Order: sequence, then structure tokens, then C-alpha cells
Amino acid sequence: MQTKRMTFSSRWLPYALLAPQVIVTLIFFIWPASQALYQSFLRQDIFGLRTDFVWFDNFSRLFADPLYLNSLKVTFVFSLGTTFLSMSVALLFAVMVNRMIRSRDSYTTFLVWPYAVAPAIAGVLWWFIFNPSIGIMPYMLKGFGYDWNHRSSGTDAMILVIIAAAWKQISYNFLFFLAGLQSIPQSLIEAAAIDGASRFKRFWTIVFPLLSPITFFLMVVNIVYAMFDTFGVIHATTEGGPAQATNILVYKVYRDGFVNLNLGSSAAQSVILMAIVVVLTVIQFRYIERRVNY
Amino acid sequence: MVENNRWGNFFAHLVLILGVAIVIFPVYVAIVASTHPPGTFIRGVMPLLPGPNALENYKTVITEGRSRAGTPPIGGMLWNSFVMAMAITIGKLSISLLSAFAIVYFRFPFRIFFFWIIFLTLMLPVEVRIVPTFQVVADLGMLNSFAGLSIPLIASATATFLFRQFFMTVPEELMEAARVDGAGPMKFFKDILLPLSITNIAALFVIMFIYGWNQYLWPLLITTDPEYYTIVMGIQRMVTGGDSEPLWHLVMATVVLAALPPILVILFMQRLFVKGLTETEK
Repeated sequence: MQTKRMTFSSRWLPYALLAPQVIVTLIFFIWPASQALYQSFLRQDIFGLRTDFVWFDNFSRLFADPLYLNSLKVTFVFSLGTTFLSMSVALLFAVMVNRMIRSRDSYTTFLVWPYAVAPAIAGVLWWFIFNPSIGIMPYMLKGFGYDWNHRSSGTDAMILVIIAAAWKQISYNFLFFLAGLQSIPQSLIEAAAIDGASRFKRFWTIVFPLLSPITFFLMVVNIVYAMFDTFGVIHATTEGGPAQATNILVYKVYRDGFVNLNLGSSAAQSVILMAIVVVLTVIQFRYIERRVNY
Repeated sequence: MVENNRWGNFFAHLVLILGVAIVIFPVYVAIVASTHPPGTFIRGVMPLLPGPNALENYKTVITEGRSRAGTPPIGGMLWNSFVMAMAITIGKLSISLLSAFAIVYFRFPFRIFFFWIIFLTLMLPVEVRIVPTFQVVADLGMLNSFAGLSIPLIASATATFLFRQFFMTVPEELMEAARVDGAGPMKFFKDILLPLSITNIAALFVIMFIYGWNQYLWPLLITTDPEYYTIVMGIQRMVTGGDSEPLWHLVMATVVLAALPPILVILFMQRLFVKGLTETEK
């Protein structure tokens, strides 16, 4: 890693400058993370009197636990659904806005602000709209003969949290897609148009492949978002229910740690989550070094 | 120029207007709901047109809250959120400016090692290590305090990376000139580097402020004293606390007040926001 060609020389100053950042990191990041690693090998009895070192027992129990396997599945469906929904809607908006000349900025303004809404608030907003007794959506769905109730139907609850989580993320994806579209050279599209390619064909054979680096980057970012930043959406609305149908991993760590007080299991879950973040971060950084392009 | 298709443009506008309407709809519904008297929500479907009770509802949530359900007045919570967001933002910006400066402008043993320690924070979101982090903060006696709300969240690898990247693009000659004129490192930092980075600082400020304001899980865990409740987490208590059916008109008034400040920040600083977002993440 480089520095400037010429640097200042001081024996203590660089350490002093780094100190605040490194101290905060050590106390609130590295130390708790290593604690989680350590606790994941321990098990307390129910009275908290004895603590045993159990090696990988917490982990093997987790992977034998149907609730945990269910949570893995739920997380998979949830993050895939959120990523796909918000990215496809955002791409549609970006392609449409990119055609505009005069109205581009005003549409952008109308589409960026949901980024500022907290996930918990997004959850409450959609929860209200889908409220089975007074919400507008169940009322309209009843007109189509569908009886919406996210308090009893796991599928309904999952759709609700996916919509709430995806809604908030549209603005982020939209901004990146729009930036990507604007960097595609106009001459390529004109050349294809002269060769007689239709608008539809031009999009799928030229524009979409050229967007692939951004699409890939956004996919990773969205999966990270859906897996780790959506705690608020779940906690403020379904609380993992009904019958575990929306109990995503992050929410389960919290439940097992703070509500069920099963520290060993919660720590083991933390360790697994950390491993997932590490993998996703490495993928993301690899992408930055070497851009995907076909 | 590619052919200009009038019907295509009309169709694009139609899609966008519909899209914008769907995106705005939840907030519109919240604003409408916050203007109705409580009785509206007992009778059937929620209203789609504003009602007459706006002033009363907002006055109630700001000054009284719902004391029976254990929710304090919103006024205090808004202030707490503001203090927390500002503390996180300013804290993040200052420690990452300093460490980026150290990493770019000095050569010293263990430089790479420190860089990796900072990098690690990127991989450890609060959500994945909540129990042990909570224990650390409890052991330090920082529960129910602004220090506990903000300090554990101020380490930021993203900001450090961005400033490092920016410092690398600052011409070498500036530093040489400063040294020839006899300026020490801190003087160079304060009088040359900081003024040059002001746009980057402002762009990150917008992103970090929103990040800080929207914190949810962390305040939920470490505040048990209503004195320190922040507004985003307070909403959850209003929805689930007390009665089986929430008092929607008050909940929605709170939701509007909680979402408004960060939305205003984005709308008024849209250019800086877009710059901050697209440049930090790529």
C-alpha cells in the first residue's frame, strides 16, 4: 500500500493520529468479536452456575436444529426476494428516467428520498397499509377474492417484509443504475440502431451486458443489506412470526441472545454470520479490483 | 440520434408517474392517517383523504406522548435522535480524517497492520455481534447515556477509505511547498488538507447523518430509560406497547416526524448526497 512520495517524519504523531480510531475498533469491534468466538465454544447450564467448554457442539447443534435450518431458508428467500424486487424495479425506473431530458432531475428527486427512511419506519408504513382490519391493500385484495392476513399466513408475512425492505432500497439501486446507464457510450447504441436493432433488442444485447459490473456490485450490496440491515423491518412488524415464517438469521441472533438468553447458541450464530459477511466483503472487494465485464 | 418515438416517451412518462405514485404512496397514507381523529380507524378501511385533526394529533405526540403506554413525548426523543446522529457523524468524520492522514502522509512501523484493523470493522456490523458488544458497553457503565449511544458506532472503515483515496489525489507539490515554508504536519493538515476536503466531508456528512438518525437495534438495546429513547426505536414501542390495536393516528404522526428530518436532508442536499453515495461505495 502506497504513501506519498515524500512523507512527514515523526516518531509518535502517526500513532497519536490513529489512536482514537484504533481504540474504538479494539474495544467495540475486535474484542466483542473475539468474545463471540470464545463464547461459541461454551455452554452454560440453565441456572448459569456452570460453564463448560464444548468445542464445536454449539455449531453442530445449530445445524441439527430445525428452527435454525428454517431460519437459513427464510433468510435465503427473504434476501433473494428483496434483492430481485428492488433491483428490477430500480432498473426499470432508471431506464425510463434515462430517456428523459428535461424531466430527469425532477423524477430523480421523487425517487431518491426513500433512502432516508429507516428500515423500521418502512416496516411500520407497509404494515399499516397491509393491516388486515383497516389497511387499504387487504381491502382491495378482497375485491379480487384474496383473503390477506399476515398474522396467520406465513407467505403473506414474507411478502409484506420483502415489499417493505425492497421499497426502501429502490432509491439506492436506482441511483447506481442511472449512473451506469449514463456512462454507456451513445455511439454504441446509435450503431446498433443504424443496423436496425429494435429498442428492446438494443437493451438486452448492448445496454444490459454493459451494466453487468454495476448489476453484480448491487447484487452483493443488496444481499448484505437484506441480511444485516433489515432487523428493524422484522422487529417492528412481524417479530419473526407467524410460526417462524419471517425469522431471519439476524433477528434470531437477537432473540436467542436477549430474549431466550441462550448465549452459547447466539454466539455461535454470530460467528456464522461474521463468516458470511467476510465472504461477501471479499467478493465485493475482488469486484472493485477486477471489474466484471463480458 | 436514435429515433424519437412519441408513444414510447408517453409510455415512459406513464410508467414513471405510476412508479413515483407507488413509491410515495406509503408516506402519503401516513400523512393522511396522522390528520384523522381516533374514531376513523375503528370504522372500517383507512381514509385516503386528509381529516380535520392534524394540529391536535401533532400537539399530542410532541408534548404528551402516550404516558400510559410508557412512551415519552416525541419532543425529547427527536432531540435525542438529533444528538445521537450528530455525535456519530462528527465522531466518524474526525477519527477517519485523522487516521487517513496518518496512513497517507507518514511512513511508520505496523502501518499495514493498523490499516487491516480498521478494515476489519467493515466486516463486523453491530447486528452480528450484539450480545458481546452489549456486554462490553454494560461493563463500561455506558448504558443509558449518549456516549453509549454514539461511541460504539463511530468507527468507520468506509470514511477512512474515502479520505485515504482523496488524499492520494492531492498533488505532492502542495505538501512540498508547505514544508519549504516551514509548516509542520498538523499545520499542513489544518490549513491545506482540510479546506481541500470540504466537499468530501460534506458529502459524507449527509450519508453519516442518515445512518446515525436511523439507528434502531443499538438504541433499542442500550436504552431502558425513556430519557434516552430515540424516535426511530420509540415507534416500535408505540406499535406494540399497550393495547392490542395501536393508536394509528398518533403512531403515524410520530412516523412522519421521525422520517422527516433525514428526508429533508436528502432533498436539500441532493447533489452532495448522490456524490457521497456513489463515490464512497464504489
